[in-house]
Order: sequence, then structure tokens, then C-alpha cells
Amino acid sequence: MLSSKRISLAKVAARAFITPVTVRTFASSSIARNVNITLHKASFETYNCDTPSLEVNISKEELVKMYHSMVIMRRMEMASDALYKAKLIRGFCHLCTGQEAVAVGMETALTPDDKIITAYRCHGFTYMRGASITSILAELLGRKAGISAGKGGSMHMFTPNFFGGNGIVGAQVPLGAGIAFAQKYLGHNASTFALYGDGASNQGQVFEAYNMAKLWDLPCVFVCENNRYGMGTSASRSSANTSYFKRGDYIPGVKVNGMDVLAVHQACAYAKEWTTSGKGPLLLEMETYRYGGHSMSDPGTTYRTREEIQHMRSNNDPITGLKQRLLELNVVSEDELKAIDKNARAEVDKAVEESKASPEPELKAFWEQVYKKEAGIPFLRGREPEETHHF
Amino acid sequence: MSIATLRTSYLAASLASVSRSMLKQQVPIKSQYAATNSPPPPEGFMPGVANSKFIRNTHHEALRNPELAGVANGETKKMNTFQAINDAMSIALATDDTACVFGEDVAFGGVFRCTMGLAEMFGRDRVFNTPLSEQGIAGFGIGMAAMGSTAIAEIQFADYIFPAFDQLVNEAAKYRYRSGGEFDVGGLCIRTPCGAVGHGGHYHSQSPEAYFAHTPGLKVVIPRSPIQAKGLLLASVRDRNPVIFMEPKILYRAAVEMVPVGDYELPLGKAEILTQGKDLTVVGWGAQLYVLENAIQLAQKKMPGLSVELIDLRSILPWDVETVCNSVNKTGRLLIAHEAPKTQGFAAEIATTVMERCFLRLEAPIQRLCSYDTPFPLIFEKFHVPDMIRCAEGIERAMKF
Ligand SMILES: Cc1ncc(C[n+]2csc(CCOP(=O)(O)OP(=O)(O)O)c2C)c(N)n1
Ligand SMILES: [Mg+2]
Repeated sequence: MLSSKRISLAKVAARAFITPVTVRTFASSSIARNVNITLHKASFETYNCDTPSLEVNISKEELVKMYHSMVIMRRMEMASDALYKAKLIRGFCHLCTGQEAVAVGMETALTPDDKIITAYRCHGFTYMRGASITSILAELLGRKAGISAGKGGSMHMFTPNFFGGNGIVGAQVPLGAGIAFAQKYLGHNASTFALYGDGASNQGQVFEAYNMAKLWDLPCVFVCENNRYGMGTSASRSSANTSYFKRGDYIPGVKVNGMDVLAVHQACAYAKEWTTSGKGPLLLEMETYRYGGHSMSDPGTTYRTREEIQHMRSNNDPITGLKQRLLELNVVSEDELKAIDKNARAEVDKAVEESKASPEPELKAFWEQVYKKEAGIPFLRGREPEETHHF
Repeated sequence: MSIATLRTSYLAASLASVSRSMLKQQVPIKSQYAATNSPPPPEGFMPGVANSKFIRNTHHEALRNPELAGVANGETKKMNTFQAINDAMSIALATDDTACVFGEDVAFGGVFRCTMGLAEMFGRDRVFNTPLSEQGIAGFGIGMAAMGSTAIAEIQFADYIFPAFDQLVNEAAKYRYRSGGEFDVGGLCIRTPCGAVGHGGHYHSQSPEAYFAHTPGLKVVIPRSPIQAKGLLLASVRDRNPVIFMEPKILYRAAVEMVPVGDYELPLGKAEILTQGKDLTVVGWGAQLYVLENAIQLAQKKMPGLSVELIDLRSILPWDVETVCNSVNKTGRLLIAHEAPKTQGFAAEIATTVMERCFLRLEAPIQRLCSYDTPFPLIFEKFHVPDMIRCAEGIERAMKF
């Protein structure tokens, strides 16, 4: 399902950098069959709604793809980290290491008609929404092959059904309500997933968006990625109520174990069903954790203990968790998983080379897209009169 | 002399910055940047501030300033701009029991370390973290100040001040006027880092002073150095009007000065003449002054004997019309440079006022060197900002008109 989605996505893609991601198939004979998995009963906690089903029926192939996507994502962020340390990436860069299950579990519950919008911690979502690894890394490097033509950098990545990558904390949330309104108005049977952090959840516009979404029963899923910190401030120091799934008041909500990709998948499927069946908006709180610092300049260890990070890594890691499941269920062998890991590494390494080889954008990109080309704007003024750019 | 030959000669004279004539010759874009694997310098595309002759790095030099007469017999201490700002806040807290410092992560020192140690020194009830909530931070500060308290709020980057725009423009700026003097928010000072850093991209680089300069009731101040930052910040905190204090973030660690350790204020609404001159007036503020300093030197290499009056405006609102116009009446020529885009940048206001007041004295069109009318770009930063070469060319254009 995922790969066919990628292909259809590639078809709609107006931009050439969206390439279908190939997922290797595995030799295990049982690969095509579905498995039944019962999630831990602590996976969800609800507010004014039923609990999503703990019974997951999913194809083995899809499980393997989930694993593959998470491994790619982690590798990709490791590569970004290395490129940053090599001073090839500059400026602001926020990695999603540790939070992979959110983007992956969400995507597998959605169709390309559904829309996603998030904040600046966006590399993983961009990948899941069909972007190639090269286009993401090249964007980080500010190169022409970047998904925003090298003009945005880390916080500014988009695909046709992914509205970014937004740098101003909280600003994307009302946009999500507007996107959902348009979906409803246009008669699309689809939802918008608007993501924000535990820190962002305190911006006034988040509550303004809740109200509009409920007032007009918009197919909007508000997703709080609670990774426990907004920069150096822990959730309990920033938020009077840290039960983010209850903060919609008149909007029901579900708290989800965001470190379990299947719980995320299940909750997102539930939310999609909820919002497309006319019940109005829903809140999801993904309990997750970022392993690294807030951004590259934050070591991430001054406001939390190393033990806490280590504890999350060893006991809650989404990749390790899924891996154990796959082995227990006999979906794949240890060797096959090793092969996925190895191939993911090779795939990312190749993308690193490709993105490094891409040139910087041509200077004309500097003036383009300030206004619509045909808008009749004859010129943009430069630093001095002679530099004024005439279109 | 044609612009092209003029430029070529500057290029020959200059070791730094980007060559636009190369650009004109269609040299492949790559060669205009530093090579792909050499990143922009951490201090951005600005020649070293530490070597500026406006940096007062000895005790004696620092205290020669008549504006510092009140602390002339006191001690000085080596400080960077972020330390001087910290010192100013420390004095503000120590001398005013109603004063509080708040903002995102400020109790931990803040992103640029400007509030380091203040929470430990003055207590967490006076120096505290706020939720991520710019509109709330501004509104909260306004309420506090309306009670007569002193509210020193930090907006983490000037690019994030826009969610607070309504509060500042509609509530803070008009409180005194609309209440017929019953209430005011004189105790409010909003500190916020602004300006280019070499790699900030769209949302960590902007200079929004002109938006606020369009608002009667507000004051807007931008310092250029540690000594200036301390004195201007103390004055801004204590001024009985709401003040937006924009700190050029590229200067936080750019240079140390010998900063008086005592309590002193520098005047708001008053420009400072950095060098006296008779041929041309050059006006700038914040980090742009160091670009201008180099541009003037470059131009003087081409035009020996050129005498330039360089003015640090310091206050954007209200701005020192007298000092600027007196200078232009003397020189007959004016160049203004700033990092914000040209259209409706603050240079437009200065140019118009000077045109009104000095029309018959002007001997050349007023030169405005500003950034391009584009969003602040990520990798094109050095093409965007008015660099030394552009400013030097502007000087020569004004002189040769
Ligand atoms: C309006 C605004 N204020 C402040 C910032 C600076 N900032 C960027 S991310 C961040 C913390 C956000 O935390 P959270 O919402 O929990 O997201 P996380 O980083 O944990 O993913 C802050 C304060 C910003 N980008 N925009
Ligand atoms: Mg967070």
C-alpha cells in the first residue's frame, strides 16, 4: 500500500524531485499474509471518546515497510548531524531522532488525499510524504536539488500534500484548520493532520484554531507531539495542563504511545475515520521523545539527565520496539532486518553524495517566487538603484 | 567615472566581500560563493568588529566619552555585548524592586546567554521562563507595566515578535493616549535580537525596526557595542514609555569593550557622531555601522582626503533629526544604510525629512543602501545585505554626482 501510495503521489507531484522510494521485498514466504497484533492496553487514554481498537490487523509487508521507513529516517538524521558537524549544513536544524514512529505510523494510516502540516521538526514527515532523501539533505545543504530548491533549509520543506515545515511556533495550527475547511468545502473525503509541540500548544492561536474547527466541525486532527520539552523548558514548566489531549475542552482527544508505531497507526486511522465521518475535529497527543538537543546548538543535556535519555533509548525506542515485534511474530528473520539496516545505510550514504554533488541554486532563484511570476510586478529593488532586478 | 570602472577599482582595493562584476560576467554561480565545502564564516559576512576604531577597548578610551561623565571616576570591566546587556539587567533588577525579567528560557540564560545568572542572583520569582507565547508575553508585560511595575521581556528573536505586534502597536503604544493619561506602560521594555548572522535564513535574520517606527507612542532603540548596549538598555528600561530594544545578534560576541561597571544611562532619541567630517554624512545603526566604517575607509583609499561624518542613529524612534540635519547642512551629502529591505525601510523616513529640511543644501541625491526587497534569504544572504562594496560605491556616487 505504501509503495503504491508513493507512486500515486509521484504522479501528482508537480515537482520533479519527488521520486518514488523503492522498498525492497523480502524472501520470507509468509510475507503477503496479515498478522493480528494486540497492543498494550496502556497504548491509549481517551477524553470524551471511545478507545481506538487495540487489535491491529496489518500485512507483514506493511510492517516491514514501517521498519524500513523508521530506519531510513534515523539514518537520514544521523547523516544530517554529520553534515552539520562538518559545517556543510549551517544555521538552524532540528532533528526528529527518537520521534520516528509518529511520522511513520501516521502516514500508514493516511491516504495521499489527507494533508499534513507541522512545525520545523519536519524532515521525517517530508520523507514520509514522498520526498526523496536526496531532496531533503540537499535542502539542508542549501542546494539546487533541495526540495525547496535550496531556498528554505531545514525548517522549510514541502510536498504536494504536505504543507510544511513551518518555522514560527504555533503558526501552522490555524492553517491546518483552514486546510481542513477547504477539504470539507470542496467535498474531499479526507482529513488534515495539524501537528505542533508541547511548547507550541501554549500559543493562543492553537486555541483559536480549536474553536473554529469545532464550531464548523472541520475534518481536522490536532496532533500534539509531546516530546516533554520545548527547547529547555519541560512540559510541566510551560503548561498548566500537561494532558494535552484534554486541552481541546469541547474536542475529544486520545493520548497515544507515540513510541509505538502501531499505536500511532491505529490512533491515526481512528482519527481519520472520526474526522471524515462528520464528527468534527479530534485531538491526538503523541507521547514521544527527542533523543538529541532541540537544535544543533543544544547538547540537550542541561535541562534533563543523561539517564533519562538513556532510559528512553533503551526501553522505548520505536525502532527496537518494532524490531522485537517483527522477530516475535516471525515476520522477518534477524538477517533480513540486518539487510534492511545495511541497505538503508547505503541508500542514505548515496543520497548524501548526491546532495553534496548538487550545485547551489542559481542567483535568479533569489528574486523568484517573491511574487507570482505573472503578477505584473515589473521589478524588485536591490541594495542600490543599479541592482534593481527587472523581471 | 562609470559605475563599472568604479566597481572594478573597488574590487581591486577590497579583499573581502562578494564581487558583483563577477556576477555580471556570468561566472558560474559556485565561484561567487566560497567553495561549496567552505561554509560562511560564523560571524556572517561582516569584517571583524573587534578591530573597529569605534570599539573602546581600553579604560581610558572608554571613559573619554562625555556621555559617561557620571561614571568617569569608576571602574571599567571587559565585556562583550551580551555581558553588557546582562550587566544592565542586573543593575535594573538591583535598583528597582518592581523589575522582573521574563521570556522563553530566560531563567536558563536565554538563547544568547544574555540573562545568565540573573535567576540565581535575583530569584526565580523575578527572573522567570514564560510559556511559548509571544502575544501573551507582550500583553502580560503591558499589564504589569500598567500597574507601575518594570517589565523587561525578551522575545527570543525579532522574527518572532510579530505574534506580539498587536499588543505592542495597539495596546502598549496607545495606552497613555487612549486613557487620557490615566494609565501608561512606561515600565515596559521588550528586548529582542535582530539582524543577519550569516546563516539565519528566513526566520532568524530580520530587522523589523521600521514596522515599529510607524507607531507613535513606542520608542525603538538599537545599540552598536557593549558600552552603548548597557547605557541604552538601562535608559530604555527606565524610560517612562514602552521601548523596543533591538540587539543586533551578530554583535553579542563580536568585540569586547571596557564597560563602566557603574550605573549609567545613555540618552534615548539622541544620535552619536562617531567621526566628524565635512564632505559627506553617513547614517547607520547597529551592526551596519561596522560595514560603513570599512566602506568609508575603502572609499578614502580611492578618494584621499575624503572627510566623512559617520553618525550612529542609536534611536530609531524618536530619531535625532537635529543631529542628522545639522550634519547634512554642513556636508550637503547623505548616505543611509540598513539591513532591512529598501521599500519603506527607515532610510526612507530619514531621506524624506532631510529633503524637507535641507533641500537647498543638498548637492547630490540621498543614497540609500538597504537590503533587497526579498524575504531574508538563507544561502543568498551576502547578496541580500548592503555590504561594504555597495556602501563604498554609494559614497562615491554621492561624492561624484
Ligand atoms: C513564535 C516563535 N517563538 C519562538 C520560537 C523559537 N522556538 C523554536 S522551537 C521552540 C520550542 C518549541 O517546542 P515544542 O513546541 O515543544 O516543539 P519541539 O521542539 O519539542 O518539537 C522555540 C521556543 C519560534 N520559532 N517561533
Ligand atoms: Mg516539545
